[in-house]
Amino acid sequence: MARTGPKKPGLRVLVWLGVIIAALTAVLAGGTLGGQASWAPKLALDLEGGTQMILAPKVEGGSDINEEQLNQAVAIIRQRVDGSGVAEAEISTQSGRNVVVSLPGTPSSQTRDLIQASADMNFRPVLLNGAGAPVPEESRTPEDQLPKPTAEPANSSDINWITPEIYRQFEALDCDNPSQDEQERSDPAKPLVTCEPATATTPAIKYILGPVEVKGSNIVTSSFQLQQGAQGAVTNDWAVNIQFDEEGTAKFKEVTERLNQFYVAAGGDSGNDPKAQFAIVLDDQVISAPRSLAVITDGRPQITGGFTEQTAKALSDQLRFGALPISFEIQSEQQISATLGGEQLRMGLLAGIIGLLLVVFYSLFQYRALGFVTIASLVVAGILTYLAIAILGWTENYRLSLAGVAGLIVAIGQTADSFIVYFERIRDELREGRGLVSAVENGWKRAKRTVLASKAVNLLAALVLYFVAVGNVRGFAFTLGLTAIADLIVVFMFTHPTLQLLARTRFFGEGHRLSGLDPKRLGAVPLYRGAGRVRTPEDKPVLVRAKNAGAAAEAERRMTIAERRLAEKQEQLAGSSRTAAKENK
Amino acid sequence: MSGFANFGNELYTGKRSYNFVGSKKIWFTIAAVAVALSIIIPVAKGGFNLGIEFRGGSEFTVSNVQTTEAALGEKAVTDVVEGSVPRVANVAGTTMRIQTDKLTDDETLRIKEGLTAAYGVTDDEVTSTFIGPTWGADVTKQALIGLVVFVLLASVLMALYFRTWKMSLSAIAGMVVTMFITAGVYALSDFEVTPSAIIGFLTVLSYSLYDTVVVFDKIRENTADLDASTRRTFAEEVNLAVNQTLVRSINTMMVAILPVGAILFIGAGLLGAGTLRDLSLALFVGILIGTAATIFVAAPMYAFLRRNEPDLVRQAKRVEHRRASSADRPASAEPAQA
Repeated sequence: MARTGPKKPGLRVLVWLGVIIAALTAVLAGGTLGGQASWAPKLALDLEGGTQMILAPKVEGGSDINEEQLNQAVAIIRQRVDGSGVAEAEISTQSGRNVVVSLPGTPSSQTRDLIQASADMNFRPVLLNGAGAPVPEESRTPEDQLPKPTAEPANSSDINWITPEIYRQFEALDCDNPSQDEQERSDPAKPLVTCEPATATTPAIKYILGPVEVKGSNIVTSSFQLQQGAQGAVTNDWAVNIQFDEEGTAKFKEVTERLNQFYVAAGGDSGNDPKAQFAIVLDDQVISAPRSLAVITDGRPQITGGFTEQTAKALSDQLRFGALPISFEIQSEQQISATLGGEQLRMGLLAGIIGLLLVVFYSLFQYRALGFVTIASLVVAGILTYLAIAILGWTENYRLSLAGVAGLIVAIGQTADSFIVYFERIRDELREGRGLVSAVENGWKRAKRTVLASKAVNLLAALVLYFVAVGNVRGFAFTLGLTAIADLIVVFMFTHPTLQLLARTRFFGEGHRLSGLDPKRLGAVPLYRGAGRVRTPEDKPVLVRAKNAGAAAEAERRMTIAERRLAEKQEQLAGSSRTAAKENK
Repeated sequence: MSGFANFGNELYTGKRSYNFVGSKKIWFTIAAVAVALSIIIPVAKGGFNLGIEFRGGSEFTVSNVQTTEAALGEKAVTDVVEGSVPRVANVAGTTMRIQTDKLTDDETLRIKEGLTAAYGVTDDEVTSTFIGPTWGADVTKQALIGLVVFVLLASVLMALYFRTWKMSLSAIAGMVVTMFITAGVYALSDFEVTPSAIIGFLTVLSYSLYDTVVVFDKIRENTADLDASTRRTFAEEVNLAVNQTLVRSINTMMVAILPVGAILFIGAGLLGAGTLRDLSLALFVGILIGTAATIFVAAPMYAFLRRNEPDLVRQAKRVEHRRASSADRPASAEPAQA
């Protein structure tokens, strides 16, 4: 097959590999010039240094946190951190009391807020709303005109909740400059004066809210999707879906029955009674205050209106993670120095270089000049892996951890193994007396299957480790998987084509003593090549017979009936003569 | 090289052959004993030497240290608790972290004093905390899930690839033996079991299966047309395949273990405890045992599982027959060597 192939088989594949590497390099170079990427891979906390935060969870009501709640807290923080795209975050508990969060680099204030964000989420009906700015002193409502409760409030939407004191607070509230003092968490049974902070598109709004009616812990889950139009067609508007549990469903039905009346009474969409709104309050701040357009009886409300994909996702995340009545307070925040990490990285790289050299020496010892093919292949694999890690660091914020470095070093051996499988197959073919060119082709055909099957096992392991494991296990699994893929690319696109080319050189093709593919040393029978092909099985060297059970079996199958009979007869004869001999003894 | 290449040639032709399959009783017995020991030893010793993440422990943080010398911290601990093996690390520019076993209040106080003096800091620059074992438990739980998922998927993958569940089962058996013995070595040698060691452990399982797949691939090739051949019995073909891939197995093991050994040397010699050392230790032990388990357990087991299949029994009889008939012609039995 190879003999009839193109003049320089493999050359085209090598060119393609060169194109791929050049393209990846160009992508990375482009990113670097654009200022977003860098030539060096991003490093994780243990290598780059980073921030370690110790968080003290606080349960609503000030009671002590139990173990189950703590575990829940860890799970929630992990979800939040993973969700925010920070790789390699480690979250653990300490002393059965605190949660330790380790983040690479210095976390953005957004990430910090996300981790800290109170999961104390409530639904409160709106009593009154207004622009976020404080009412100027001179135009504030005079003492005698302040709203005065006339009776005990009948329900959470009752205007009688608004006392003069609360109204004063409402008027004075400045949503652009919220007071910095630590505030006590609000009492769920009392009204609350608070803000909905300004966003990019909407100004800040302040509210007087009624007592808590539905708790965040009543949320089972939440999601976001493109809104469906009247005919069921998907529109371009984003919507957030909430699903309440049984208790939440009942309460929410009750709330929407009341609020919807305000909505209808005010004239539906054209009216604007704030009491038709219910506010979703997170950490005593309103994150959204939709109006109740309908009575929701199935506990599956949908919030719509003016969402982009990002804002819908953000609200949905807040709702989902908000289902836990635990808040966190950062107790200590410690920057981990890069010194230790740098030292570890240096040692890791040193170990890698030593390991690589050992593998190089071993390959040269075992495979002579062929060892250089291994080395070149490892170098190409290294370049591909490096480019992949650097690009992933840019696009996916992938960070290389110490465990990841270990994965890379371990992969040296696993990558080199593919070549060993291949080389041994070529040697096997040479031992059978094939010429190098066809030995390379036949050896490849067999080795290819084995390499694919065994790499599938490697990839499977890496995938399972990646998806199941926590913390720094991921980095290790990721590099293992990455290198398995790089290895496949290299074996198919570099090692094999290179050998195809080398097989045609005099040095390898004529089996130089140092080529590692010297047929004589491999025990091939030179006679076999030139001399007549017709041999009796007895003359054929055992090794040839041994080699190909398939061929041998085929030959046996092709015996004519007469031949088989003869063989059987001979066997019988031989058997009886042996018995006879035995008796003679 | 000629020595090793010659070794390879002889293995390939069958001139030199190690009876891995035939002596399966010996190997199975050794493996069974080793597995039994691997179960008994940790039980007898009262479990593994778990890292601080699993058993919990005390941790000291010393800020604004004058020197970041680890030995000072170690001494401060060992002065108070003899035989304790504290883990000392520089976690920030001028911050040291010292991890120890769980301490009594008295010990904690005395070590705190010792650390204050050793690093030349004031009393309030040394903090002490206990670490709960939740993190380690989390890792363990995930590792177990990972293990089960991996074994299930790998079994299916192999059964599909080799088109026989018997190969799949044999490969898993080899992996299980590797798993137990590696764990046993850990228990016996008192290596510390950390989350990193667990990662290494899981990787070993993948290596073990990987190695088996390569050898089994050769077995499958050798036994593909067996029913039409009278040259070797099934068990002999399996044995030949193992012998033919022996050079590969040794080379593979070498190239896998060399980098790991380098990490181990660097990790243990220059860095002390940590991710690199723990990981490579598990790998080092596991790769050695995994390679052996393929040769001595998985392959013989496969032959064993199929020994009673009617087709193979008939084929074995034919082989016996043919051998008996050719016994008078000894010349043919010797491989021709060039």
